[in-house]
Amino acid sequence: MSVQVQIPSQLRNFTGGASQVALEAVHLAGLIEALEARHAGIKDRLLEPTGELRKFVRVFVNEEDVRFLEDIRTPLKAGDTVAIVPAIAGG
Amino acid sequence: MSAFKDLLKQVKAEIRETDADGAQAAAARGAALLDVREADEWSLGHAPGATFIPRGFLELRIEDQIAQKDREVVVYCAGGTRSAFAARTLSGLGYTNVVSLRGGFGAWKERGLPVVVPRVLSAEQAKRYSRHVLVPEVGEAGQLKLLDSKVLLIGAGGLGCPAGLYLAAAGVGTLGIVDSDVVDLSNLQRQVLHRNDTVGRPKTESAAEALRALNPDVRVVPHELRLDASNVEAIIAPYDVIVDGCDNFSTKYLINDAAVLAGKPVVYGSIFRFEGQVSVFRRGQGPCYRCLFPEPTPTELAPSCDQAGVLGVLPGTVGLLQATEALKLLLGRGRTLVGRLLTYDALETSFREYKLRRDPRCAVCGDAPTIREVQDLVWSCHFDPSGKPAAVEPAVVAAS
Repeated sequence: MSVQVQIPSQLRNFTGGASQVALEAVHLAGLIEALEARHAGIKDRLLEPTGELRKFVRVFVNEEDVRFLEDIRTPLKAGDTVAIVPAIAGG
Repeated sequence: MSAFKDLLKQVKAEIRETDADGAQAAAARGAALLDVREADEWSLGHAPGATFIPRGFLELRIEDQIAQKDREVVVYCAGGTRSAFAARTLSGLGYTNVVSLRGGFGAWKERGLPVVVPRVLSAEQAKRYSRHVLVPEVGEAGQLKLLDSKVLLIGAGGLGCPAGLYLAAAGVGTLGIVDSDVVDLSNLQRQVLHRNDTVGRPKTESAAEALRALNPDVRVVPHELRLDASNVEAIIAPYDVIVDGCDNFSTKYLINDAAVLAGKPVVYGSIFRFEGQVSVFRRGQGPCYRCLFPEPTPTELAPSCDQAGVLGVLPGTVGLLQATEALKLLLGRGRTLVGRLLTYDALETSFREYKLRRDPRCAVCGDAPTIREVQDLVWSCHFDPSGKPAAVEPAVVAAS
């Protein structure tokens, strides 16, 4: 069983419109590498050049903000749900 | 002598009476004031702290309202006649320390003693809000609270229109509307307060007209301006709840910082194409917007609605979630979205919820805040599609 990644509409141009992607990874950093391998360009939207998560994109693992877990090193296991939630400002 | 006069004389002989000063002194030492007039008389004014039981219901209700039979009770009506009969009835029920106010409420007022005019719904309001009054979590007291409440809608656009429409319908007494734009034909696909015949007019004007037409109880306060560091504090000061329906990051951060500094709750909403986000940010109870997103999305990664497009019904759903949260905050009922981010994906028809935590490093509500006064954030929502690099990091300038 793999990790389910929820892709926000802002990033669905990288995933061919898919709102969910299933990947194998043991931690968040690995998951982002796996995403990039399959959907080139998406990593740049999620990470700063330094490798830190960008401050206008939140990542939640099973509803918990990874900043309050182990951030980019947050471990993942099969069946986890990873949600990418970017800042949006439409009104 | 008529039978009535005989009876009254007999009753007066059996009870004790006091004057207005005596009644006030009794109340001051803990006596119960009991008003036995009719509801329409009570609603025009009564003695402070008085218990209201119309004389017709006296025997039925008195033991629930004043249980102690030896408690001192001062009964009054309009002129002292009904209260004399009521005092005798109370004696018959076993109350041992009852006096009637001679001259009634008329004498009380004439003496210049304090009068309280109770807030009650008018007959028209009782009908208009009857479905609210029937809900125990709202009731007449809750409805009166809403009528006394003040909500500031920031933006009379996709989110502000549906939120404003329902908050006005609900009888929120004062609705402020901040917007500096004029109605454009392209707004009408989702901005439901505006109409074909208000295209070209200020949005505040168009929205105010629609809200007043819906509910004359609502005082609509248009603020036709763009919020900035120089005006935001004064604008938000009179309001109880802020509904953030703005369409750009500069204003979102400005609202957040000003609200955190002033301790006002913000009902946050944002939309993008098919997706919406809703939360409630409230200092002291949960995180703020900066805890969630310490920095705005750079211009080139965040096209505004103009460029990105939005499904017209989406802001309706999100704006109504905001209106619901605002009503709960005003009524002090239920569990709000404080500490939770709700996302809605209209394309998938899915609602998801994420835990939000206060960030101890937050620049405005953290343990060592660096933002101590509101600042303007320079952020342009107009991305240059020619491909020229836009400023990636937003510049922050201090307000003068």
